[in-house]
Amino acid sequence: MAKTKTPAPAARPASNGSSGSANGTDPITNLPDRRAGERTYDAIVIGGGHNGLVNGAYLAKNGLKTLILERRHLVGGAAITEELRPGFWFTTFSYALSLLRPEIIHDLELTKHGFMPLLMPSTFAPMENGDYLLLGQDHGENLREIARHSRHDADAYEAFNHDVLRVCRAIKPLLDQVPPDIFSTDPEELIALATLGSRFQSMDRKVVHDAVRLLTGSAADFLDDYFESEILKGYLASSSIIGTKVGPYSQGSGLVLLYHLLGEHDGEFGSWAFHKQGNGGFTKVLARAAQAFGAEIALESPVERVITKDGRATGVALIDGTEFHAPVVVSALDPRRTFLELVDPRELPTDLVDAIERFRFQGTSAKVNFALDGAPRYPALGDRTDQFRGFTNIGPSMEYLERAYDDAKYGWYSKRPYIDGAIQSTIDPDMAPPGKHVMSTFIQYAPYHLKGSDWDAEKERFGDTVQATLESFFPGFGDLVLQREIRTPLDIERTVGLSEGNIFGGEFLAPQMWLFRPAPGWSQYRTPIDGYYQCGSGTHPGGCVMGAPGKLAAGQILKDRARRGSTARTKVGAGA
Amino acid sequence: MIRTTPFHERTAAANVSGLWEHWSGYLVARKYDQSEKFEYFAIRNSAGLFDSSPLYKYRIHGPDAEAFLAGALARDVRTCAVGHGQYTAWLDDRGYVVEDGVIFRNAVDDYLLTSAEPNFAYFDALIGRARVTIEDVSEASAVLSIQGPKSREILACLAPEVAGLPYFGLTAATIGGADVTISRTGFTGDLGYEIWVPGDQALAVWDAVTEASEGRGVLPIGSIALDMARIEAGLLLLDVDFQSSRFAWTDAHRSTLIELGLGWMVRDLAADGRAFIGRAAIERELRDRTSRWKLTGLVFDWRDYDRHFDEAGLIPPKDHTPIDAEYYIYDDSGNQLGYATSQMYSPMLQRHIALARVPLDLAKPGTRVKMELAVSHRYEYFDAVVTRLPLYNPDRRTA
Ligand SMILES: Cc1cc2nc3c(=O)[nH]c(=O)nc-3n(C[C@H](O)[C@H](O)[C@H](O)COP(=O)(O)OP(=O)(O)OC[C@H]3O[C@@H](n4cnc5c(N)ncnc54)[C@H](O)[C@@H]3O)c2cc1C
Repeated sequence: MAKTKTPAPAARPASNGSSGSANGTDPITNLPDRRAGERTYDAIVIGGGHNGLVNGAYLAKNGLKTLILERRHLVGGAAITEELRPGFWFTTFSYALSLLRPEIIHDLELTKHGFMPLLMPSTFAPMENGDYLLLGQDHGENLREIARHSRHDADAYEAFNHDVLRVCRAIKPLLDQVPPDIFSTDPEELIALATLGSRFQSMDRKVVHDAVRLLTGSAADFLDDYFESEILKGYLASSSIIGTKVGPYSQGSGLVLLYHLLGEHDGEFGSWAFHKQGNGGFTKVLARAAQAFGAEIALESPVERVITKDGRATGVALIDGTEFHAPVVVSALDPRRTFLELVDPRELPTDLVDAIERFRFQGTSAKVNFALDGAPRYPALGDRTDQFRGFTNIGPSMEYLERAYDDAKYGWYSKRPYIDGAIQSTIDPDMAPPGKHVMSTFIQYAPYHLKGSDWDAEKERFGDTVQATLESFFPGFGDLVLQREIRTPLDIERTVGLSEGNIFGGEFLAPQMWLFRPAPGWSQYRTPIDGYYQCGSGTHPGGCVMGAPGKLAAGQILKDRARRGSTARTKVGAGA
Repeated sequence: MIRTTPFHERTAAANVSGLWEHWSGYLVARKYDQSEKFEYFAIRNSAGLFDSSPLYKYRIHGPDAEAFLAGALARDVRTCAVGHGQYTAWLDDRGYVVEDGVIFRNAVDDYLLTSAEPNFAYFDALIGRARVTIEDVSEASAVLSIQGPKSREILACLAPEVAGLPYFGLTAATIGGADVTISRTGFTGDLGYEIWVPGDQALAVWDAVTEASEGRGVLPIGSIALDMARIEAGLLLLDVDFQSSRFAWTDAHRSTLIELGLGWMVRDLAADGRAFIGRAAIERELRDRTSRWKLTGLVFDWRDYDRHFDEAGLIPPKDHTPIDAEYYIYDDSGNQLGYATSQMYSPMLQRHIALARVPLDLAKPGTRVKMELAVSHRYEYFDAVVTRLPLYNPDRRTA
């Protein structure tokens, strides 16, 4: 045949879109030799979570010799996929994609390395009376389905979406910008503030007001303005509590709701996708991209501390004593670790240390992952299983969610928890053997601090509570369970390193966002230590698999370098 | 009345969308359920089942079949070994493309040619005194296409022969008790196969393949999902990306093989002494550089794309539904350079893409052009970059 043969996928490290290598069989191999040779870099990134990888990739792309140091045997942090049972791939923690900044996909050329956000064609919300709300990809059918529950809510849903989209359009640019420094007198900062102000000024009044209502108010108040159907409100309000110790009736839940609506996927706001092979598949794509730009990734390399000299960061020391040197050190960990563990707090201004000590983590989420012998059954849908191709939302009313929160308020996990279920294996055949499934369930509430007990003692009972709740919606569920993996907030803290198991690297509360994330005056990714930067989820715009902190921090580092480079040149010029 | 294919009983049961279209006189599904994009992802991540039965199929055989086809088709059919197929095209004597199709060589002197439109009279008229018979066997076999990364392992459960089948290879097999021919071909730019089965045994094959696909994310796919995949793969569609020179009204509506970017079919012209229809014209075109344009890929600058809509107060649409219509391409000074014939937002590439004709001097990958698109009821000019086809080309396609 005339057509020339291309080599088999196995022969190529990064193949354009081939999924064959997505199964986790392509370890990050280029560990730098710790004993000898080159240990000096232009930049060192601590933490190979998605933000560390994004940050390192941008730095490498811009010509910096970059080393990313990851404590564990795999990259991804909270976004990993693990084969816990032969053929069964668990999204151990994070399980779906939406807020990832589109710019990152393009800048880091992720489509070359296997980026593949799979469409979730449906969302399923079972009800306690056996009925359900099932939304799909057909707009007209969705409105009929909503009308089945409330005739009023069909066009109210349109109005809600329209209003919310307008807010999203207005707010979205903030996700892609370094927050202004309102405490600075630097002319550049004043210009940034003025630009921001004028942007708000040109906005429609209703949009600004809706934005403020969402950013400061409760999800319940906002949703009650539009809807009467409990199931619809329960489903929408579920996004207002994720990762945060609030109920839908708490002020502040609106902000969490807005964050989840701000995600976008192929240009559609509020739409979520399963990345091929889970969010761990995604972070592998990031790692390949970072390596393609020349970044080195070292696994099993826990950093003990940042080395400083005369108020400047000069490198890092691993727990085993190995030192690596670089004029730029970036912490991709959360603020507590960045400021209170990796450096000596005595090197920092007291008000910053105070602010970080006050910074609230208090994780309230857990995961229970299942290997299943088959798809669960929902009695009202008979043998259908297509309802499981997206999220399965067990939060049938705002009251259900609020009662789940009540337990947490008083220091215990929910007796009937909110559950966000996802059976990615229904659409991604590489997640489980044919006919079998993996089900990720994200649980709230599971407060980090339990009153009168601890997570090591309660772990199994907590798993039983979750499974019993699932059983009540899907009779026979227990018989399908081949294996159960429970990940409490304590496990999240121990395994990923996120303090108190907070999934966002610090709570989504107004006083901890934007200008104040992680602390007033320190929201621009720098730290008081020259050359030491921060880029984890505890910086603006926060948690979720978004990549924005990593990217924005890289921008600041490059800007500072350029500035320093030009002053250095000026000095040289002056001397000559 | 519109005809139904031999798979209709199954496709009708599977098509819960109620959306159908007419293709070559047959009823085929546009999409089976709510989302064509979901079906598209089956092609890229698992496998999609597509009913390609409406293709025209001609059996061309006889002692002179090879010599006849060597003169009738642009690509050298003599290099096609028995048990293989070739994507090919046939031209008029001015080098304009009449049509394209796939030719399979079942035996030394026995071929099967597929085409989108009827071509019986065309080839029949070329036979002259050659000892060749052409038979229209369009209805004799149904064709079930299985396309996607999982297609090999699924089909290999039923027909171990496919495990080692090379790209464009052909093998006999038995599936669901039916004697079938399997070719490693398709219209998606992915790993994929087509199963050729006598019409009366089609359902048994559908059932066997669906059963083997159980629990692997395989979906029946409609024409929209197929269209998405073929645009990413740079595969041309008759009457969308080009017209048959036989029925075009003017040369502006005709395209030469070279202009369509299919010059690779005649790459070895110097070594190949065939006198095939259009050869002299191709040689002239290459020598005198008379090609008017070249069909290539375009990839939109995403930032510029979003900006146009942002500035108009709109959310930039990322609609994957292919638009099979003409859009015009300009230079920075507003001179029209060419036109695009197919465009869409590609979920795999995360960009808007198009198949377009541009002048030769601008056909170099990396060249920037402007494409005219309407934003808020007026035309604006979007940045796009000329990019080599196929735009999406996974290794597994040929590996
Ligand atoms: C259970 C759970 C479910 C979630 N679900 C979703 C979801 O579905 N969608 C979504 O968008 N977001 C979700 N999130 C949030 C999202 O996953 C996180 O916000 C995000 O992954 C955090 O990324 P990061 O890079 O900032 O930090 P991390 O992922 O925490 O990365 C930090 C990395 O640093 C490493 N590290 C720690 N200490 C050291 C050290 N001393 N030296 C070297 N390395 C070190 C850690 O091992 C880790 O790899 C979820 C989070 C959790 C926990």
